[in-house]
Amino acid sequence: MSTIEERVKKIVAEQLGVKEEEVTNSASFVEDLGADSLDTVELVMALEEEFETEIPDEEAEKITTVQEAINYVNSHQK
Amino acid sequence: MSRRRVVVTGLGMLSPLGNTVESSWQAALAGKSGIAPIEHMDVSAFSTRFGGSIRDFDIEPYMSAKEARKLDLFIQYGIAACIQAMNDAGLDITDDNRDRIGVSMGSGIGGLTNIERNHELLLNSGPRRISPFFVPGSIVNMVAGYLSIQYGLRGPNYALTTACTTGTHSIGMAARNIAYGEADVMIAGGSEMATSGLGLGGFSAARALSTRNEDPTRASRPWDAERDGFVLSDGSGAMVLEEYEHAKARGAHIHAELIGFGMSGDGFHMTAPPEDGRGAAMCMGNALRDADVAPEQVGYINAHGTSTLAGDLAETRAVATVFGDHACKLAMSSTKSMTGHLLGAAGAVEAIFSVLALRDQVAPPTINLDNPGEGCNLDYVAHEAQARQLDVVISNSFGFGGTNGSLVFRRL
Repeated sequence: MSTIEERVKKIVAEQLGVKEEEVTNSASFVEDLGADSLDTVELVMALEEEFETEIPDEEAEKITTVQEAINYVNSHQK
Repeated sequence: MSRRRVVVTGLGMLSPLGNTVESSWQAALAGKSGIAPIEHMDVSAFSTRFGGSIRDFDIEPYMSAKEARKLDLFIQYGIAACIQAMNDAGLDITDDNRDRIGVSMGSGIGGLTNIERNHELLLNSGPRRISPFFVPGSIVNMVAGYLSIQYGLRGPNYALTTACTTGTHSIGMAARNIAYGEADVMIAGGSEMATSGLGLGGFSAARALSTRNEDPTRASRPWDAERDGFVLSDGSGAMVLEEYEHAKARGAHIHAELIGFGMSGDGFHMTAPPEDGRGAAMCMGNALRDADVAPEQVGYINAHGTSTLAGDLAETRAVATVFGDHACKLAMSSTKSMTGHLLGAAGAVEAIFSVLALRDQVAPPTINLDNPGEGCNLDYVAHEAQARQLDVVISNSFGFGGTNGSLVFRRL
């Protein structure tokens, strides 16, 4: 079973069409990985699906880096 | 105001006959059918189970797979055809000319597959699961929009949607943008991907499609006594139109001149033409007047010819009305006998075939025309292509709603 960090990174790489090695913990979706605003919306949807959770819009707006996504999932695991 | 001349300097195409202009054209000249059983979805419950699909399509030469994922296939097909046409035209886009280059790429229906997929998400999982790319990835004008973003094109940017006349109207109106002085170059045409559940099911429900499931390659048979409806197909056609002096100044290869465009409305019925084809006749008459050529100068007509009972007969009558005695001397064929009906892309694909007929001095055939039906009495170029001296050709399109368009091309 993959760790949460591995699963988050895999989804980010798939959604944004980047190589997994580019998906470092500190990488920003927009500035480092080339996402636009719609890409980030779709990315959050993919995270919701993978981790069977619902991320409210005001929380989703704060998830701008890989580490922030990992932190969110870690603190909201059922 | 003197009217500026418009020439064709680039061609691009994806069709059931091939994923390039030349492969499609050579297959058409050889009389090959692009029609086959539909394999990209389960069609077992449908009354029609075949069509003209795009096969072995690779988007990567035209855009990244990541970008493509956001866009309905009709947009991907359209972008591919446009890029082919732009490469053929060999036009460098610079800060000096980008404000004068526009796009007119329409679609008959738009992103039907994407609409179906997201509607399913809405019903099964709720509104939060609708993709943020659903709207931009489905709307009819996104071929024009996306291409302009890829290349930084800042001229007129729009999409017409007039059912099966879309491609013809898109090219005709784009030519007027150039003639009127709004642009020097326009990339124009149509694109379609409607062999989805709703598309195939909808046209079946309207009793528009052939049901010759046992023999798909023989199903599209314009003017034949055994014709039983059209064959639904996918793909895209695009051409680069350019102001004549602009093309000459940069030494562009000119395929043909677009000398006339005509339109009309039937004012009659949602899906059927008037029996005498008067709307089609008026449309061809308007195009000839716009081109300032006599009917006798026309050597070839690429017909709308969809293989429906009423439509094929009405178009024949319209040609008899417009051309009189000359109707029996000119060649008129339906390349839909081989491609099937690409709806909003049909007019663009057929305008390209018309230009190539001028280039190669040959009328492509109407295949499957074994026994002409009653009243179908013109030279439809049955079975085999005919070498012909061609100086002026016409391409016709007629659509649901009673919307008609004709383009006139001349050899230069």
